[in-house]
Amino acid sequence: MLGKKSTRTEICSGSQIEARVANSRIFGRNVTKVYKSRKKETLAIDHVDFDILENEFVSIVGPSGCGKSTLLKMIGGLDDISEGAIILDDQVLKGPGADRGMVFQTYTLFPWMSVEENIRYGLKEKKCPKDKADVIVNKYLDLIGLSQFRKALPKELSGGMKQRVAIARALANSPEVLLMDEPFGALDPQTKANMQLLTRKIWQKEKTTVIFVTHDIEEAVYLSTRILVMSQRPGRFIADIPVFLPYERDLELKDTQEFIALRKEITGILHQGGDNS
Amino acid sequence: MNKLFQIRKSIDKKLYIFIAAMSFVILIAVWQAASVSGAVNQVFLPTPGRVLSTILDLFITGSIWGDLYISCYRIFMGFIYAVILGIVLGILAGSFSVTEAFIQPMIEFFRYLPVPAFVPLIMVWVGIGEEAKIAVIFLGTLFQLVPMVADDLRSVPEDYINAAYTLGSKRFKVLWKIIIPSMLPRLMDTLRMMMGWAWTYLVVAELVAANSGLGYSILKAQRYLKTPYIFAGIIIIGLLGLLIDRTFALVSRKLFYWSEGGVK
Repeated sequence: MLGKKSTRTEICSGSQIEARVANSRIFGRNVTKVYKSRKKETLAIDHVDFDILENEFVSIVGPSGCGKSTLLKMIGGLDDISEGAIILDDQVLKGPGADRGMVFQTYTLFPWMSVEENIRYGLKEKKCPKDKADVIVNKYLDLIGLSQFRKALPKELSGGMKQRVAIARALANSPEVLLMDEPFGALDPQTKANMQLLTRKIWQKEKTTVIFVTHDIEEAVYLSTRILVMSQRPGRFIADIPVFLPYERDLELKDTQEFIALRKEITGILHQGGDNS
Repeated sequence: MNKLFQIRKSIDKKLYIFIAAMSFVILIAVWQAASVSGAVNQVFLPTPGRVLSTILDLFITGSIWGDLYISCYRIFMGFIYAVILGIVLGILAGSFSVTEAFIQPMIEFFRYLPVPAFVPLIMVWVGIGEEAKIAVIFLGTLFQLVPMVADDLRSVPEDYINAAYTLGSKRFKVLWKIIIPSMLPRLMDTLRMMMGWAWTYLVVAELVAANSGLGYSILKAQRYLKTPYIFAGIIIIGLLGLLIDRTFALVSRKLFYWSEGGVK
């Protein structure tokens, strides 16, 4: 059984994350997605349960088409849940909201707004006073290292820069949980590695709860405190793997024995999961 | 030769302009040759020089200005009404399935009805005054415009909308602050194309039921077999259309400096 309390305490004490709360921040029960067309029903996600703790960085990996992005969209309230429920802070989720920030694989910066205006968007939406918003915007511009690009338009930025701004825009809203849907999938390997480094740094600093969807196992191992492995369609969680790697992570970590072993383990599980269907 | 004809590869800009200019030179040369040599009777095909002097003459004597003014007035009025209603209907059809179901099938049906066939009906309903011409332009453009505006809206990336939702925007905010600004450059292109339709229907209206305007001036010239004036009228309409089109494109590029094709 996945997401049992006992495993969770183990993860908490095992990884070197300070001040872990033992209750789950966001969890799903029996979460199911069925696509209905005229003739048939397709089961995309099959009654999954999950528990995400405060400050966790959880990656969901799985073969393409397994429903991991759909599940993330459902958590974000952007896709209907066919059956079951997702609960955040004791509230059953209904529709999208500012409490769940999201970073997408496609570039979603609003092209008519400058970098600064993009980051400010969510704050304006919740009527944050200007002086307070200024401080927050500056903080996140600084965090992503794009302070000198504050007036730039999205079309003037590289793909990696766009995604950095997208992360800043989501974080500026101080969401309860940050959802990331293969945010670096369209980037070249070099930029991707740098983005991973930055993401890990930001997470350590901000302590935001993150759910990260990717099909890149190396990326998942590098970033996460825990990895949920999904089977082929219909998507089910087939493994829940804590990542016992040092808290401070640089890119060299990817060449260490422990890292490679864990990566291989997950690859193995994925292959087995693929054979079943 | 091998280098010049590569599929979808660009050529030197100067060469491009030269070739474009050549096509006009050739057209005018053939025209000149045909009318001067007498291959075509000059009554039917006046020389380019004759047409040019007729155009200049129309502007210098000022006899064209009245027609020009009234035609522009009709275009503007018909176009503005169609644009206001068309954008509202298009946005409704593009954003909500309920309103789409109500609006779009009906509009699609009207879209295939030939507007010139409505002219007699329009005359019966609103008479032969200015309203009739405005109504023809209005009807001609409106039904083309609505589905195009709806498509402009639908081509706003889904993830812009999703991003706005996850940043805390509610539905109508998303529509107003994300979807509409995002579709504006495309909408401007649509309006540019609609202007072309508006010109076509202007001439239709003026050929059938008018006693003023550029279309009517062509019709009048035909009655007296003043072919240079027919040519002049057509060319003036063409140039005016081109001028408006270029203005639209320029304004769009400046206004939407943030879009891919825009300049600051």
